[in-house]
Amino acid sequence: MIVRVLLLILWLPVQATAQGFAGLGTEAEGFSVPAPGYAFDFPQDHGAHPDFRIEWWYLTANLTGPDGTPYGVQWTLFRSALAPETRDGWSDPQVWFAHAALTTPDRHLVAERIARGGIGQAGVTVTPFEAWIDDWRMAGPSFDNLSLTARGTGFAYDLDLRATGPLVFHGQDGFSVKSAQGQASYYYSQPFYEVAGTLTLPEGDIPVTGSAWLDREWSSQPLADTQSGWDWFSLSFDTGDKLMGFRLREDDGGAFTSATWIAPDGTTTAYPDGAFAAQPVDTHEVAGRSVPTEWAVQLPDKGIDVTVRALNPDAWMLVSIPYWEGPVTVTGSHGGRGYLEMTGYE
Amino acid sequence: MVLTVQDVTKAFSGADGDVPVLRGVSLSLERGETLALTGESGSGKSTLLHLIGGLDTVDSGAIQVAGREITTMTDSERAALRRSDVGVIFQQFNLIPSLTVEANIAFQARLAGTYDSDHATRLAGALGLTEHLSKYPEALSGGQQQRVAIARTLTAQPKLVLADEPTGNLDEATASEVLSQMLRLVRDTGAALLMVTHSQTVARRMERHVHLSQGHVV
Amino acid sequence: MIWTILTALLSHWRRNGLQFFALISGLALATALWSGVQAINAEARASYDAAAATLGEGQFDQLLPRAGEVIDQSVYIALRRAGWQVSPVLEGRFETETGRVRIVGLDPLTAPGSIAPVGMQEDATLDDFLTRGVLFAGPDMAARLDGAVTQRVVVDPSVAPGVALTDIGVAQTLLDAEGQLSRLIVAPLQPMGIQPLATTAPDLVRQVAQDAGADRLTDSFHLNLTAFGLLSFAVGIFIVHGTISLAFEQRRGMVRTMRALGVPLSSLIWLMIAELVLFALVAGAIGVALGYVIAAVLLPNVAATLQGLYGASVAGTLQLRAEWWLSGIAIAVLGTGLAASGALWKIAKMPLLSSARPRAWAVASGVTALRLGAVAGVLFVLGLGIALFGEGLTLGFVLLACLLIGAALILPLLLRGAVTLADRQAHSAMWQWFWADTRQQVPGMSLALMALLLATATNVGVSTMVSSFRVTFVDFLDQRLAPELFIRIEDAGESPDLEAFLIANAREVLPLLSVETEIAGVPTDLFGVRVGPTYRENWLFLADTPDVWDRVEEGEATVVSEQLARRAGLWTGDPVVIAPDLTLPIAAIVADYGNPLGQALISEELFRGLYPDVVPLSFGVRTNDPAQVRARLTDDYGLPEAAITDQSRIKAFSLEVFERTFTVTGALNVLTLAVAAFAILMSLLTLASIRVPQLAPAWALGLTRRSLGRLELLRAVVLAMVTTVLAIPLGLLLAWVLLSYVNVEAFGWKLPMYLFPGHYALLTLFALMAAALAALWPAIRLSRTPPSELLKVFANDR
Repeated sequence: MIVRVLLLILWLPVQATAQGFAGLGTEAEGFSVPAPGYAFDFPQDHGAHPDFRIEWWYLTANLTGPDGTPYGVQWTLFRSALAPETRDGWSDPQVWFAHAALTTPDRHLVAERIARGGIGQAGVTVTPFEAWIDDWRMAGPSFDNLSLTARGTGFAYDLDLRATGPLVFHGQDGFSVKSAQGQASYYYSQPFYEVAGTLTLPEGDIPVTGSAWLDREWSSQPLADTQSGWDWFSLSFDTGDKLMGFRLREDDGGAFTSATWIAPDGTTTAYPDGAFAAQPVDTHEVAGRSVPTEWAVQLPDKGIDVTVRALNPDAWMLVSIPYWEGPVTVTGSHGGRGYLEMTGYE
Repeated sequence: MVLTVQDVTKAFSGADGDVPVLRGVSLSLERGETLALTGESGSGKSTLLHLIGGLDTVDSGAIQVAGREITTMTDSERAALRRSDVGVIFQQFNLIPSLTVEANIAFQARLAGTYDSDHATRLAGALGLTEHLSKYPEALSGGQQQRVAIARTLTAQPKLVLADEPTGNLDEATASEVLSQMLRLVRDTGAALLMVTHSQTVARRMERHVHLSQGHVV
Repeated sequence: MIWTILTALLSHWRRNGLQFFALISGLALATALWSGVQAINAEARASYDAAAATLGEGQFDQLLPRAGEVIDQSVYIALRRAGWQVSPVLEGRFETETGRVRIVGLDPLTAPGSIAPVGMQEDATLDDFLTRGVLFAGPDMAARLDGAVTQRVVVDPSVAPGVALTDIGVAQTLLDAEGQLSRLIVAPLQPMGIQPLATTAPDLVRQVAQDAGADRLTDSFHLNLTAFGLLSFAVGIFIVHGTISLAFEQRRGMVRTMRALGVPLSSLIWLMIAELVLFALVAGAIGVALGYVIAAVLLPNVAATLQGLYGASVAGTLQLRAEWWLSGIAIAVLGTGLAASGALWKIAKMPLLSSARPRAWAVASGVTALRLGAVAGVLFVLGLGIALFGEGLTLGFVLLACLLIGAALILPLLLRGAVTLADRQAHSAMWQWFWADTRQQVPGMSLALMALLLATATNVGVSTMVSSFRVTFVDFLDQRLAPELFIRIEDAGESPDLEAFLIANAREVLPLLSVETEIAGVPTDLFGVRVGPTYRENWLFLADTPDVWDRVEEGEATVVSEQLARRAGLWTGDPVVIAPDLTLPIAAIVADYGNPLGQALISEELFRGLYPDVVPLSFGVRTNDPAQVRARLTDDYGLPEAAITDQSRIKAFSLEVFERTFTVTGALNVLTLAVAAFAILMSLLTLASIRVPQLAPAWALGLTRRSLGRLELLRAVVLAMVTTVLAIPLGLLLAWVLLSYVNVEAFGWKLPMYLFPGHYALLTLFALMAAALAALWPAIRLSRTPPSELLKVFANDR
């Protein structure tokens, strides 16, 4: 019981169970706050920013097996700070947790890890790059050349990632606004990974290839307190163009949207609130909730009018704070695939 | 013919074997006719009424109501017949105690799907029930309750009205008044009336008179 | 047509609001009782789990240092980084000015589910726990820590005695053990494809989870509690049955009229079923909610448990909540079906032309009472047959059913008998009228009194069962956990040294010598025991012969467990083959609750002769100062902390946990009595209206309305008294069936039954009070009946 209770309390300052994801809108007391005009410094900024409350290394991959079966893989390391500092040993206020998932058209396998910083169980180093928690790792000689592993009770994966394009910065050169009141995060991506590796399921190993998209984001108060959750899309079109778009849902039923159009050469176009639109088309009952797993997505400026459909609508992440995350297929004006994340569906 | 009864027999099982109650009774009734059925206690007059109403089944013989043979009908077919073509008025007033007078009057017509509120209002008025419509039966006197039962039957506009000692529980003056109203209204609707009674006074006010004795028409 | 019929059917409830209220609330109460018992069961289970968890025993495998007392933190990190799902624990003694506190440090982030029973206070956040430090301790330990530590101390009575729980980091600081761990808890589920332990941490040994001795004992307790949950529900169903029967009796006229007017019987039956299902769903939902509220209000602990079990905010628990609701509502619908099937059957079979006059709500006019009594007799004979010759758990429950239904059915006859007896003693006209009138009331009150009978019997049964269980449990703990300290070592070579050291430092040392063997075809643990005061004073026998321990010590006899004796068909005095060339008579049979294996005890000397290679790896230590011996063992002898179990602590904690369950069952008693009182209230209220014509003559003859009211009250109490007196033997029988029959069938051993007369007297008093309370309102209403109402009886000649 203590673990459950503690887990609940763990989230209070950061994710707040009472309001679910809406808790991301809590005060940023004592923590640094993102500001426009920040000059990113790499490789340092690939590492942790302990003076910010929340940060993540968020990788999603659309993969294909030898028989053409589509798969999805998620590997996420979160950092959640109880205080804007680091300490050695157990008293380190930096708490790390991670989610790994492997999605097939009919299965969705999930694992979760939680650890404290300060004792070596989890953390991120920059040169060489390594982000780890327990035996889950994303590591390599550089950010462009990584290997990725994770393991749960019924699955494992081991993938190699090679970047074939530049880093991409969202919003205003990486300053991504999240609400009309000005909440924001630092946000960049590496959407150009080519992937090859192996998935392990109880019935055996499956060699896979495909593409992956890594998001890096850190902030202290990424949501306004009137926002209850978000729907986030990362889509890779057959034309080589990519689209990142999100929709932050307001308590009053409205939404704040933002999008980045990424040309095949990595040049970006950032769109302000309202340019990108996403409406639920069909919902699916999962874990006792109704979750939209089919969407109509538009970005009229680029002629995008597509239907985004979950590969496996049961891709529910049954972790401490549950959410939906899974691979999607894109049809309509453009074909393609990608990932969808939906939070705050209580 | 609204009603034809042919050679109907009926026996009840008793302690000493079957006791015949009806031993081959025949009679018929035309549209608009009124008929008094009299007889001693145990002469089988109520049994005959129940058989005609489809409340019980014959041992042998045939009964046609509104041109349809009822002895071969299933329970639910007979129930349907009672809803639409036959109205039964009992000695006990048999109102539904938890429904208002108005709802009681409408009940059978609503079941049959023939409810006409104007018709119901006229009948209630003719029977002097207008001011009691929103009351519950328990607040009414015996005569009033029987008037409600009559109104209920006639609202459904049956082709045949069966009445089993309808005034048997009422004092003489009330009985006479209720009977007059009932005969007048039945005539107005053009229905045939078959009334079981032990009272010669009542019987004399009907057009025809059949006397049952020991299970035979005499 | 459907709508017209439904309107008419439902109009009955609108006009008879009290009846409707009785139906819905009776059903809701019954469901609430069921849900409440489920909650209580859940609480009991959670408490036991919590006990096991705090003590760190039982549930999980552990990794211990192969040598020494300390695991380096780097080993933990290495295991985690190899994928092993392990969680660190650091234990140690912390000296304060007022005494010693055992600090247990945990890592809440990696601990496998429900490792510690600490309930977080609303003002102690994780931030505090992880970084600033919070200690959780029982009141006495909290007092010791006060002022001795800079961290905040939160008093939590659910922490094991003598212990303070805190974060691992805080523990390392307090115990001055930076980078050190005592043991690692191994999560039951490990990821696929991890390296074997020997590769990653060769210096650790894995200690397999221990099966806590009392586990099966508590399983039995839960089974019995569940059985009583069902009984309580049966009490509720009696009310529902009563209300439904009454309502259907009253609607007979309506049904006949409707059929005469052409409503098909089948539509009528289906609509009545639909109507009842609707009511059951509504009442069931109310009941589940009510059960939750009752549990939450009466038992704050349960509230926490429910939160954990059914709370929406916790991942992976939604399924359970749905089940809870479903089971509650399903039981309401089933109960209604059960209660209504008879009434519906009667309606379906009622001839259209039968008398439409509602019959009195009678289950027992003279003839019916006799007939019911005869059925009861048959049931009793059947029950007796099962008790004597029956086998199997199902038959056990059939026996319970026979007993309960039979008792309920025979009640009207007994009540009539009692009233007739009283009537014969009555001398004045008023009392003769009173008793005659009471006899008239018996049929009408029967169902409610049956509910009271079952409720009181259930209560007697519950308290007997729980108290017997408690006595047994305490004895069992005294016997099995008699040694204050229990020591377990891994290295056989260490055994002789340790034993010598223990003998020098303790009052009595009990080496645990055992082998698994087979005796009389039963897989059995054979123990060699060093007979001493512990065995002589603490061991209770189910059956024995003179000088048991003397003969065992001399190697002339053996003591075997109940399981072994029953399975092998042996008893005291029978010879049993212990080993190929050793046959001993059985000197005594000992209870060994819940052990699937048999057990046999012989003297240490005989054992060592038979199995010279067996070296004791475990020792029980008797001492007056466990803390001191423990300190010597760790400080002077160098034994790791983890090797020592403080059994006095386990015992005290187990008892405390059990006490909590015991108080919780008290709530069950209150609930069932409340339901029975409700049944009485409802039947008295419904009877009241029918009663006026019967009371009017007595009033006319000169009894005041006030004395009529008083007599009504007296009548209820008299009938309740007779019922309650009958309920006590019935309750004892129930307890006997559960302890001596059902338990034997389910678990293979018998729980001894103890009697608690004081408790029964109190229960009787409560039952009478409940009945009187229920009768009070109708009596007051009667004493205030306007004379005009009574006069109407004479004026109304229709």
